[in-house]
Amino acid sequence: MSGQTIDPRLANARSAPKRKLNISWADPLFRSIVWQVLIVGVVIAIGWFLITNTQRNLLVRHIATGLGFLSNTSGIPIAETLIPYEPSVSTWGRAVVEGILNTLKVAVVGIVLSTILGTIIGIGRLSKNWLVAKVAAFYVETLRDIPVLLQLLFWYGILQSLPAPRAAMKIGNAVFLSGRGLKFPLIEWQDAHSWALVAFLLGLIGTIAWNATANKKRDETGVKPGVWPAAVGLLIGLPVLVWAALGAPFVVDYPALKGFNFVGGGTVTPEYFALLLGLTLYTAAYIAEIVRSGIQAVPKGQWEAAGALGLRPGSVLKLIVLPQAMRVIIPPMTSQFLNLTKNSSLAVAIGYQDIVSISGTMLNQTGQAIEGVGIIMVVFLTISLSISLVMNWYNARIALVER
Amino acid sequence: MTPPTADVMDATTPAPLRERPPASVYGPVAWMRANLFNGIFSSLVTLILGFLILYGLYGFIEWGVVNAVWSVPRTATGALDPTSCRLVHGLGACWAAIGDKWRFMLFGRYPYGQQWREALCLLLFIGLYWVSADRRFWRRELGLIWVATLVVIFTLMWGGVLGLSYVAQDEWGGLPITLILATFGLALAFPLSVLVALGRRSTKLPAVKMLCVVYVELIRGVPLVALLFMANVMFPLFLPEGVNIDKLLRAQIAFILFAGAYLAEVVRGGLQALPKGQAEAADALGLTYWQKTMRITLPQALRLVIPPLVNTFIGFFKDTSLVLTIGILDFLTTSKTAMADPVWQGVSTEIYIVVALVYIAFCYTMSSYSRGVERTLDGARNR
Repeated sequence: MSGQTIDPRLANARSAPKRKLNISWADPLFRSIVWQVLIVGVVIAIGWFLITNTQRNLLVRHIATGLGFLSNTSGIPIAETLIPYEPSVSTWGRAVVEGILNTLKVAVVGIVLSTILGTIIGIGRLSKNWLVAKVAAFYVETLRDIPVLLQLLFWYGILQSLPAPRAAMKIGNAVFLSGRGLKFPLIEWQDAHSWALVAFLLGLIGTIAWNATANKKRDETGVKPGVWPAAVGLLIGLPVLVWAALGAPFVVDYPALKGFNFVGGGTVTPEYFALLLGLTLYTAAYIAEIVRSGIQAVPKGQWEAAGALGLRPGSVLKLIVLPQAMRVIIPPMTSQFLNLTKNSSLAVAIGYQDIVSISGTMLNQTGQAIEGVGIIMVVFLTISLSISLVMNWYNARIALVER
Repeated sequence: MTPPTADVMDATTPAPLRERPPASVYGPVAWMRANLFNGIFSSLVTLILGFLILYGLYGFIEWGVVNAVWSVPRTATGALDPTSCRLVHGLGACWAAIGDKWRFMLFGRYPYGQQWREALCLLLFIGLYWVSADRRFWRRELGLIWVATLVVIFTLMWGGVLGLSYVAQDEWGGLPITLILATFGLALAFPLSVLVALGRRSTKLPAVKMLCVVYVELIRGVPLVALLFMANVMFPLFLPEGVNIDKLLRAQIAFILFAGAYLAEVVRGGLQALPKGQAEAADALGLTYWQKTMRITLPQALRLVIPPLVNTFIGFFKDTSLVLTIGILDFLTTSKTAMADPVWQGVSTEIYIVVALVYIAFCYTMSSYSRGVERTLDGARNR
């Protein structure tokens, strides 16, 4: 027998009579069709007007449409590159990819840092310690009311006015902070390090698997086998072993002052530093509010009931409160992540070469305005959509399972 | 028998001796023990944080008050002599620069003798906000007040009539530009957003709904900087040859389209939160769509979303500063230009602080207003 049962009352029922369209203003269906044709028609007419104008203007200015220009040599210098780039050889396409990577570099690091800082401040605002709560509240109220662009310019101004490399502030003889940015020592990357990284990733997978088995065992027997020793062994021991087995290479590349600037080591440029600092501090203020309201949304009875069951305060937060608060926190948090990513385009004001800045230069130099703006839109829509998808997936995972 | 009332008690029994609670549960010491030094960890955090705050405050007072230069002497030729500012550079603030530059920061390159017109515009804007915030003025006439005030503001800015000299639009600048961008942006984006929100909720017009969804999602997906860019470089391409809209208007249009999409989502949230029965009851009474919307659903929906609306307004007010990227002389841009003055070389932190304070004043007023409205509305709802 099929799972579907048919309501006996419906078995003999007739379907609703087919509506006939009356050509009369009194017929709602007719009215709605007329309105839609009218509105869509107007939109199409405006679009057509704009497109024909654009075509004529492009013709007058001798600008060829199409993405062919992307394979031409760019010739613009890019200060910060994640993949090899040479102005005299590399193409516009390559420059665009650099821009996208630079945007992602700031967005990803910014999202991670602002989440951590925002959570700390949000919890701090609920602290029983009066001073901590007041400081957190002051932070949130002040930073939210200052335009993020002003904050970026402010930090950039401060970082730029740091002393010259010769008089750099330093920690030991390894980390230098000067007007040219932050310089830090870097380990010379060799094959052994790559293998150690692979070992670390394998260890990570192993740890997750072991944790799952341990949870299963806990569900069966009520006692959870220790996860920490295995995790330490897999995450630290294994990579170190692999690294040692391959000869334990360890050459540190220290930054050193040579002439007017530093040579060697890793660099965080003032532009990137200011952008990251500004975006992180600004977004953290919003995230703090989201975290606070999320935690406050959990009824007090939940804390008390968990306490009555004998859970320790840490466990109460981890097992009872946070899972419930997360449901309130995640949707607004997603839009903050999107905001941070979109705000990263303010890089253009302080000279960090993100996708908007590079597309802007490109569109000024080649005149390909439509393609340039199109690239910006496609990149941001893709990033926004990806963040939304990931967060929606996570949201669905932690959502309340209603039976 | 009725229980003895308070005055009967007072008349017959002597008042009990009011003993103060012991100091261990009452008074500043107990308060500090409960709120600052509750446990080892809490005490440690208090001490460290307290030290940092005092240290920072000390540093700031030393920089901003003790070592600060409040005014500089003039040289024989009448020019300002910033030597004393240069001497304390890095150790003390140079507030004298603000004293010299504040008119440029506020009014930009507007003709110096005519700047009272821009100042009057600022007052008119603030008055307009004041009136709009007062619930006694929430009626149809408010629209007329807005139109009238905005016309007066434009007359004052442009001039050319009533004996006011004409001031070209590219000479405008400073705080009035910020307020013009924000106010016009919101005044025009708001009706747009209501239409879009209604369109997006429409069940009978799928094509219109589609258009609204595409508009909102497309705009919300890209940063404002990109839209401003687009307005700057693509508008000239869109228009017929010979037609040229000036930069401010282009930015204003981009801003209206941007704000419209975000506000539409807020309004839509209000429409969704309204119980379905309201619309159904209106239908049952035989009201037409527009009667139902204008008299039943929309007023209630908008009232529901006042707090998020104000929050969005605050966001846009701050976002007007982004026009710096396309070179429009708003408040932030003029202030940044003021820093480039060779006389006041190296004075940037002071100017940034003043600009931040102005923005904070506006935003804080708006947000405390929003909180107040929320409280009254909650009170009305929980009655």
